[in-house]
Amino acid sequence: MNISNSVSIPTLKWRILKDKLFTLVMVTLAFISALPLISILYQLIKKGYKQVSLSFFTEVAPDTMEAMMAKVNNEIIPGGIANGIVGTLVIVGVASLIAIPLGLICGIYLSETPKGKVAGIVRFVVDLLQGIPSIVLGLIAYIWIVKPVTSGFSALAGSVALSIMMLPSIIRSTEETLKMLPSTLKEAALSLGVPYHKTIIKVLLPTGMSGISTGIILGISRIAGETAPLMLTALGSSVINLDITQPSSAIPLLVWEFYNDPNLINLIWGASLILLLIILVLNLSAKAIAKKWKVQY
Amino acid sequence: MESSILNKSNDRIIQIDSPILNIDELSVSYGGDKYSIDKVSAGIQKNKITAIMGPSGCGKSTLLRAINRMHELYPDTHHKGSVTLDGENIYKLNAIQLRRKIGMVFQRPNPFPTMSIYDNVIAAYILNGIKLKRSEKDEIVERSLREVGLWDETKDALHKRGTFLSGGQQQRLCIARALAYKPEIILLDEPTSALDPIATSKIEDLLVKLKEDYTIILVTHNMSQAARISDYSMFMYLGELVEYGRTKKMFTTPKDNRTEAYLTGKFG
Amino acid sequence: MMAVGIVVTLVMGSLPAFKEFGLGFIFSSEWNPTEGRESYGALPFIIGTIVTSILALLMTFPFAFSIALFLGEYFKEGRMASILKSMIDLLAGIPSVVYGLWGFYTIKPLVVEMGLSAQGFGIFTSSFVLAIMIIPYASSLSAEVISMVPSSLKEAAYSLGATRYEVVKNVIIPNAGSGISAGFILAFGRAIGETMAVTMLIGNSNEIPTHLFDIGNTMASLIANQFGEAEGLKYTSLVAMGLLLFVITGILNLLGKMIMNKLRS
Repeated sequence: MNISNSVSIPTLKWRILKDKLFTLVMVTLAFISALPLISILYQLIKKGYKQVSLSFFTEVAPDTMEAMMAKVNNEIIPGGIANGIVGTLVIVGVASLIAIPLGLICGIYLSETPKGKVAGIVRFVVDLLQGIPSIVLGLIAYIWIVKPVTSGFSALAGSVALSIMMLPSIIRSTEETLKMLPSTLKEAALSLGVPYHKTIIKVLLPTGMSGISTGIILGISRIAGETAPLMLTALGSSVINLDITQPSSAIPLLVWEFYNDPNLINLIWGASLILLLIILVLNLSAKAIAKKWKVQY
Repeated sequence: MESSILNKSNDRIIQIDSPILNIDELSVSYGGDKYSIDKVSAGIQKNKITAIMGPSGCGKSTLLRAINRMHELYPDTHHKGSVTLDGENIYKLNAIQLRRKIGMVFQRPNPFPTMSIYDNVIAAYILNGIKLKRSEKDEIVERSLREVGLWDETKDALHKRGTFLSGGQQQRLCIARALAYKPEIILLDEPTSALDPIATSKIEDLLVKLKEDYTIILVTHNMSQAARISDYSMFMYLGELVEYGRTKKMFTTPKDNRTEAYLTGKFG
Repeated sequence: MMAVGIVVTLVMGSLPAFKEFGLGFIFSSEWNPTEGRESYGALPFIIGTIVTSILALLMTFPFAFSIALFLGEYFKEGRMASILKSMIDLLAGIPSVVYGLWGFYTIKPLVVEMGLSAQGFGIFTSSFVLAIMIIPYASSLSAEVISMVPSSLKEAAYSLGATRYEVVKNVIIPNAGSGISAGFILAFGRAIGETMAVTMLIGNSNEIPTHLFDIGNTMASLIANQFGEAEGLKYTSLVAMGLLLFVITGILNLLGKMIMNKLRS
């Protein structure tokens, strides 16, 4: 190899050193990113576990007067987050009721129609929905539901906002899962004389259950922690409320309320801890279900 | 099982005087105790074309890749035995240094799609961070492209990406890329299996021309290709080097039953 | 099929609603800074949103990129990879309010301690927390694209005697480049729409922030804060801001998706 002396040839040692250095820096940075996670978990657990007791789950949130009295008397602030827990359950439940059937149908439709103008438009809309900030969705729900219906804020409005958030996740995972099923499955069922819609319901969906439920559960865990849209729709409430046309509380809302109230602020830790635990459990069960229900085809 | 332990006096393995590459009882495993190639010993003659043939799974690609230590890209691989290049043990060298002395061409043409033809040819220099003067780069590019017969076809499009080239042209570009830093040995892993017959014969002619300046080792699935262009041939079966000799002799009078069975098409 | 129609009208429905309120109101003063109570302009909030999001993107880049390389190239399998992946998934699952709390109780005091700001609120603090929040989004898409670089290209580079770093620099990054950008564009869109954590940390002023540690506000947090009792002009301007957010995030999101779709096909 003839290369003139005026040219710079990095020595092998230097190149190997650069390689090793780069690897080191990269790995370090990657793991540093996990530090906030540890910090958050640590804080929540440290400050929250004291508050969590049975009554935390069963009693409603105290109002600011009660709390102030308790503080003055140096007592533990009474109450818990029961209204938040029930509220979250109701709102998320209703949201799921709306989003799951809609999402499944859309997902099935998309997986059956890989091309076509309508399918293209639907996909476009789904992509669009996926990126909308949660507060904008809250705004939309407000305009559509809270304003026209004069009773105003309601759990239903909150559910609507959250259901829109869930939709893209369900639609996407349903479509992907069904697309991955081998076409021989569908063909076998049809050749046995099974009508098309039954094929989908009785053969394809069950086989794809693991992927689909993962998408659903992940969608749920995503909306469980949302606060912003609920601020404009469900508003919050100090009582346990099962009427979805009335305002309702939710755990993230409670955290926000506690945060803004100097008398209640210490409750944020317990409430956040519970919230995080719920999300964690949802995520883990999504993974576990994916594994357990995975059908070999 | 009949004795298939290869020792240097086995007459199924030809002895090469002062080989440029000497493989000594080389065994390579991708993990665990299963060896993909087992105790292969052979000397490679300089400036000749040596073909490695055999049915699928016989270990020919493994052997080829062991020569420039490409198998090490996968974890858990380990080896026994040694390989020397010009008398130097290749495992004592840094893998990167070794690969500068050996060029490799792959089964499917793989020019770098984000680089121009020009940059593809001198990719070895770019990747290794070697900065050359413009005139030197031009010289290397022209020389390499002429060597593979691609200069006239590309000289006006050097700064375009190579994707408009045909399969055969892309493969010749990859050969040019491998030649640009003047290695001693060129390894080719079924280089024409993805090409049409016309492109294939062009590349075969190219290889015959190149052996004047380089030592060529070629893995091929196609025994007529081996018969056409190689000076020496190896036949591998189930990880073992069964026979190795001058091509003409081996094809007409193979020494081992298995070689004969393969050559007559009894298994593929 | 009905479901399809519903989805479509959903989106179509929101636009007229916004338009009706937004355009009916003086749109041109959107670009003037806010003064007093009766005149509303969105500029300080637009600036606040963009500044915090860009800062967050810059801060997240080295970390998200490292994770993407780690998971997409260096350690595709193995224990370290699954540990890291789980941690990143967890990061993504933490609700916005909790990030806000953490930012308030952990980061804010740090900022105050370091003497960078009196109260600790402001552009920097919120951008910092925002950066951490978008790490999962920026890294997961990038990791996917990086792992999709064909191994034949990497092998060709190795056979030419390149070190791993050289292969990354010269082969992987150019080939995964657009996918990586798509990942960051999507993360950027996410940052722009983020509400709670930012609200709790940004200081909520209505002025254009003047320096890195100044307080400011973003469009999303303004809506969250002020919507409660907004009426009349204030209400419509908040809705208009929502429209703006919708449009910006919509464009960013579609851009990112378009790039990803092109790559995946």
